[in-house]
Amino acid sequence: MTTVLDPPSPAPSATRTGPRPLSLACKLCHARHPASASATCEECLGPLEPVYDSARPLPTAATIAARAPSLWRYREWLPFLDDAVVSLDSGFTPLIDAPALARRLGVARVWVKNDAVSHPSLSFKDRVVASALNAALGLGLGTVGCASTGNLANALAAQAARARLPAWIFIPHDLELGKVVGTAVYNPRLVRVRGNYDDVNRLCSQAADRYGWGLVNINLRGYYGEGSKTMAFEIAEQLGWRLPTAVVAPMAGGSLLTKLEKGFREFGEAGLVSGETPRLYGAQASGCAPIVDLVERGGETLVPVVPSTIARSIAIGNPADGRFAAGAIRRTGGWAAGVSEAALVAGIKLLAETTGVFTETAGGVTMAAALALADGGRLRPEDELVLCITGNGLKTVEALQGALPEAPLIGPRIRELEALYGRDL
Amino acid sequence: MAVTFSLPTVLARLADGQATIESTGTTLGDVVAEITGRYPRLAPRLRDETGGPYPFVTYYLNDEDIRFRNGFATPVGEGDEITVVAAIAGG
Repeated sequence: MTTVLDPPSPAPSATRTGPRPLSLACKLCHARHPASASATCEECLGPLEPVYDSARPLPTAATIAARAPSLWRYREWLPFLDDAVVSLDSGFTPLIDAPALARRLGVARVWVKNDAVSHPSLSFKDRVVASALNAALGLGLGTVGCASTGNLANALAAQAARARLPAWIFIPHDLELGKVVGTAVYNPRLVRVRGNYDDVNRLCSQAADRYGWGLVNINLRGYYGEGSKTMAFEIAEQLGWRLPTAVVAPMAGGSLLTKLEKGFREFGEAGLVSGETPRLYGAQASGCAPIVDLVERGGETLVPVVPSTIARSIAIGNPADGRFAAGAIRRTGGWAAGVSEAALVAGIKLLAETTGVFTETAGGVTMAAALALADGGRLRPEDELVLCITGNGLKTVEALQGALPEAPLIGPRIRELEALYGRDL
Repeated sequence: MAVTFSLPTVLARLADGQATIESTGTTLGDVVAEITGRYPRLAPRLRDETGGPYPFVTYYLNDEDIRFRNGFATPVGEGDEITVVAAIAGG
């Protein structure tokens, strides 16, 4: 006996109020699909990606440099036929020179790409949400949503509120307080799910199928992921239209690594930069390192894990782009490193003390992985290295409890201060 | 053992529009074999060329990813719910 498929209950939809999204093609079998809220190839179930017209006019470096400082200055490489209508001011975060880190890592130069100060929600997820929300509006979707480990929840809640789009946001039940508050304050439909991120992700896959919502990292994933390329574009532009030799980035679902590679390659193809694509290095916490395992083990089959780490923003045990991230790492001659909980906390402190950047746990993983890669001889003395710092430390202050010295407590009396600091004052 | 087997829309199309199928078997592999016997177009999207799970779908037995159990050799029980989800999602 069988049950006929229930027709999905479509979310209230408006007519198209955003830019026309590009059509899609399968990354594996190359089958073409019309622009739609679908991220899965109907032929082979592979991932769908936007198709860019190779004959489209491309801007010069000078033209780009004269545009507003947001991710939309790279609009020709974002998946729309028309100008974006919402989230117009995300992107173009600082690239910070970090000579003390260069000395510590034994390389020529280090820069920190600081998405810890991304607008509006203090993580690189602002980039992907900016792209996905415009796709939702361009497809006439009336409701958006996501499965999130926290940063995406923050980014979608903030940007959907501003765009006046209803948002259903699903998170694991035990996220850090800062990420829960940093979502709830925008008044989305926030749902905590008993389970880990992978459980949330499964639920959202079924919800997208049933309700016709625009779940940004599920059925809008083809448009969403393209926003990550802007991190590569900005790095190239901020270095003076050239490429670093190596990049270290955190890995959760693995998409960021693949989009960094794509972004650097696209700028090379456009003649805006020359030279080889940087070696890409992936960072994970040892308690959730399925992509590191795949890189070290070789092959194509990712073995999922049950996450166990305080780096919750990258605690994805079944990463959708794991095999593609491993491929990007192999193609570029990079590597991957897993780091302990103690090492990631030390990484947060080292980054703060040497660069003035306070990152969340994922950034601590990135910093610690860079140290591990340097100590393991993976980096070269002549390297010009960029660390992709993807989130803000104020969101995960729990990670530092007990790791910082307690400030002394004194009365408002000068003799107590003198007793504390002695004759140095 | 009688079980319920749920498909995403993209695969239900290959099963005459059936999103929920009742089946029987003693292992998940038995269930998949029974269903692909009835709906042959599903076969290449549920199994790879070696007969293992197709890499772009994820199987859940009740709430558990079968890769944490014993894959297609995982035993199924009366009333179990098997859910197939497209693997490209999230992150």
